[in-house]
Order: sequence, then structure tokens, then C-alpha cells
Amino acid sequence: MSPVTVIVGTSIGGVRTAQGLRAAGYDGEVLLVGEETALPYDKPPLSKGLLAGTSSIEDLTLLTERAAREAGIRLLLGRAATGLDIGTNTVTLADGERLRYDDVVIATGARARPSPWGEPRGVHVVRTLGDAQRLAVDLRRGGPLVVVGAGFIGAEVAATARGLGAADVTMVDPAPVPLSRVLDPEVARWFAGLHAGHGVTTRFGVGVEGIDRARDGLVVRLADGARLPAATVVVGIGAVPQDGWLRSSGLRIDDGVVCDRYSRAVGTEHVHAVGDVARWPHPRAGELVRAEHWTNAVEQAACVAHNITRPRQPRAHAPVEYVWSDQYDHTIQLTGRTGGRLGHLTVPGPDPDRSFAVLYADAEGTFTGAVTVNWPRALVACRQAVGTEAPAAEVRDRVTAARPRTTTGARP
Amino acid sequence: MAVVKADLALCQGYANCVVAADDVFDIDDDGVVLVLRGEVPESERPRIVDAARTCPVSALEVADS
Ligand SMILES: Cc1cc2nc3c(=O)[nH]c(=O)nc-3n(C[C@H](O)[C@H](O)[C@H](O)COP(=O)(O)OP(=O)(O)OC[C@H]3O[C@@H](n4cnc5c(N)ncnc54)[C@H](O)[C@@H]3O)c2cc1C
Repeated sequence: MSPVTVIVGTSIGGVRTAQGLRAAGYDGEVLLVGEETALPYDKPPLSKGLLAGTSSIEDLTLLTERAAREAGIRLLLGRAATGLDIGTNTVTLADGERLRYDDVVIATGARARPSPWGEPRGVHVVRTLGDAQRLAVDLRRGGPLVVVGAGFIGAEVAATARGLGAADVTMVDPAPVPLSRVLDPEVARWFAGLHAGHGVTTRFGVGVEGIDRARDGLVVRLADGARLPAATVVVGIGAVPQDGWLRSSGLRIDDGVVCDRYSRAVGTEHVHAVGDVARWPHPRAGELVRAEHWTNAVEQAACVAHNITRPRQPRAHAPVEYVWSDQYDHTIQLTGRTGGRLGHLTVPGPDPDRSFAVLYADAEGTFTGAVTVNWPRALVACRQAVGTEAPAAEVRDRVTAARPRTTTGARP
Repeated sequence: MAVVKADLALCQGYANCVVAADDVFDIDDDGVVLVLRGEVPESERPRIVDAARTCPVSALEVADS
């Protein structure tokens, strides 16, 4: 009997694991199971192109029925997993069916942290295709928009709404600056200016007390007594791993599925986790980390697919952290460790008004990571330098030297 | 030989391809991909296919020549 791999979760982590198994030459059965009924789709455009109306659902689709068939992937959509039994190697589905596996991959990702202020009509989170479609309808209806949370998703929604012509957009965050988890205050203030410069009213350093229903819409009550009328409110305050279905599995669950360095649930050999739901010991961080970024899910999926196919030569997952964000016409890219108490130096880019790189360093001056704005070439140099223990000053020189190779004829 | 193609209109400068295979992909100052080698030998195809698949907007394709 040929081996069976059951993958639970049909977004980027799950789909890439399934495809990666085939690319690695896995000759067993591959079952890809997900609770959503929509074909597997990608999430980054949900706060960008899909919301703006410039990308379609087809653009987001990660795997069609036909592509699944051709790759020998059995797609089971609209089937939520409710339990995992690692003694009998079975995944239980909501309809009672049990799927036996030789290897199982947990790729159930994360869900939006729900609004602590209730969810009256007009209050949105953005995590699924349905979320984004409902928000798009409300944004087109017009009226004031209040975005609670100035992380990546909140900032992108505010930028997209302005791009759609929303006249009255307010961004609220209890932190004194946006993106405070990944930027130092000085650089973060530049981002506050980016939003203000694009006509967004920013209310940083003040928390939300409540969201009330009013006669003709909503009112967001702030801690300083301000009351912001809103037709639409977007709550972008983070995500929580979807590990509830594993509660009785006996696996170690602690803000995600705790894994070893090979992305196997600790204490198991045939239970793997990828993407937003996985927490594993990152060699450079020296502690367990959980990443909520697209590229991490893709790289971890390739690693898990390899480890299932070649269990005797497992590969450790030790990625260079990377995330991008598109806001207005700005491409923002982060790599490695940034922000916090790290020191930083700023390097002006080719167009100093629009592009720059901020390099971060630890107390010894060793480069740890960078934020780049509208300067992908600098990002590449920085990403390649993460983990090499290079002094930040040396990375700065590499970044300034990062001039395009002239490859006449390479561009049509 | 395998042919490496880039859709310059789709490219967003996310640069995953350059990090995956900087002997085949680079990026210019405008943040658009440069294909350094438009053709790669069959022996290199799997690595370049993997690199192309890291593109978040599927702007890269490795085709038969
Ligand atoms: C709006 C938005 C914009 C983003 N933009 C960027 C960006 O610009 N750059 C970047 O790097 N990252 C971005 N991200 C993050 C990136 O999309 C995630 O890191 C990525 O989606 C993680 O993939 P995943 O497969 O691990 O999990 P998820 O995408 O969360 O998918 C999990 C899947 O599992 C399914 N599932 C959950 N529980 C069960 C169950 N019990 N049974 C069956 N199926 C289940 C879910 O329905 C879902 O389909 C963005 C995310 C969002 C939401």
C-alpha cells in the first residue's frame, strides 16, 4: 500500500507542501483538506489588489481543480478537521469521516484576532476572501472609515481605501507610532507621516474604548474621550493561530504547534507543521518563533515536503525573515531582526525623497536586519547579509554599492 | 535548455527570486526583475523552477525551449 500524507489547511502553506511533495518525488497519496469551500487562494492581495478591485479571484487562486488533478493531489474542500489522533494516525473531520495518514501536515494558519468591542454591522476583520469581499462592498458604499490597529494589514487597508477615493479615513493605535512591533520610533514616525501625507487622519497613542451603534452608523469611542463617527470600522489587531482543533491531540500547543527544528511537532516523527500555525526553534533567534509571513510559509512548506520524502536526511528550517507590504505607491520590505532596542543607521536610496534603507545592528555593531522603502536592490543586499555576522557598516557599503548590473538585452 | 521568462508588468520587486538564484535573477533600481540568463541547462532546471516558484505574484516562468 502506498503511503498517505494528509495536509490540513488549504492556503499557501498547505498548497505548497502538497506541490512540494510531488516536486520532491513523493509517490504516495496526497490529500489536501480545508474547511473553506473556495478553491485555495492567496492572502496578501486581500488587503491590496483584491480590495482595490485591481486583482480578481482568479488572480488569487493557488490551485485549481485541474491543477490538483494533474499533480495527483486530492482536494477535499469544505471539510473542517476537528481532531488529530497521533496514536492511530487519523485526522477526524467535522462530518465524522476519519482519514488515516502516514504523515500529517498541520497548515491551519491563523485567524484574525476578533474585535474586543463586538462586531456590529459595519465592523470588519480581514483574513479570508469573504472578509475582504464584504469589506470591499462597504468601502464602496462610502462614508467615514476608522481603521483600528496600525500594523501591516491596518496600514494597507487605510492606503487602499484612500486609493479608492475614501475621503475620511482615520487610523487609531494605542502605540505612539505605527508598526511599533517591527520599527524603532524614529523610522516609525516616517510611516506615520506617510499616512498623514496621503490624507489619513492619524490618532496614535490612544486606545479604543468601544464601538457603539449609532442611528446612522457606528461611533468609535477613544480613551481620550474623542468619538469618531464611522460607516465602516476595520479591526486589524493581529492574528491567533488556529490550533483549537488539536486541543485533545496530546501535541504541545503553546501559541501554535511547538515543533523541533525540522518542523515536526515535538515528540513526533510524522506530524509536521508549516506556516502561521507553526512555532519552532529558530537557530539565530535562540528561541521558539512563529512567523506570519508568506515567504516563511513557502520556505517551510518546501522543507517539510523534503522531510516527508527523505526522512533520513531531514532539513532544518532556518529562514531569513522577510516580509513585504504595499502601501500607497510604496513598497516596504523588512528582513531579519529590526526595531526594538537595536541601533540603526539610514542610507538614502537612488531617489532620496522616496527611497531609503534603515539598517539595524546589535550592541556590537553586527548587522541584524533592515527595512527598505522603494529600494528592492538594497533589500536583496540586506537579505543576503542577514545571519552572516557582518558589521552593519560593511552592509551599508554593500547597499550603497548595490548598482544594477547592466545586462543589455535582458529586458525586452 | 530551459527558457526563463519574466512578466515585467507583474513584477513587484519582492525579490524572492534574486535571493533564491542570484546567478539567474537580479533586480534593477526601479525594482523590476532582470533575467541575467534567459536560458539554463536542463541540469539546473529544478533549482530555477524552485526559484521561480518563490515569486509571490507568479511573474516568472521556466518553459521548454
Ligand atoms: C490581508 C492579509 C495580507 C497579507 N499580506 C502579506 C504581505 O504583504 N506579505 C507577507 O509576507 N505576508 C502577508 N500576509 C501573511 C500571509 O498571507 C500568511 O503568512 C499566510 O497566509 C500563511 O499561510 P498559512 O497557509 O500558514 O495559513 P493561512 O493562510 O491562515 O491558511 C490556513 C488555512 O487553513 C484552513 N483551516 C483552518 N483551520 C482548519 C481546520 N480545522 N480544518 C481544515 N482547514 C482549516 C483555513 O481555512 C485556511 O484556508 C497577509 C495576510 C493577510 C490576512
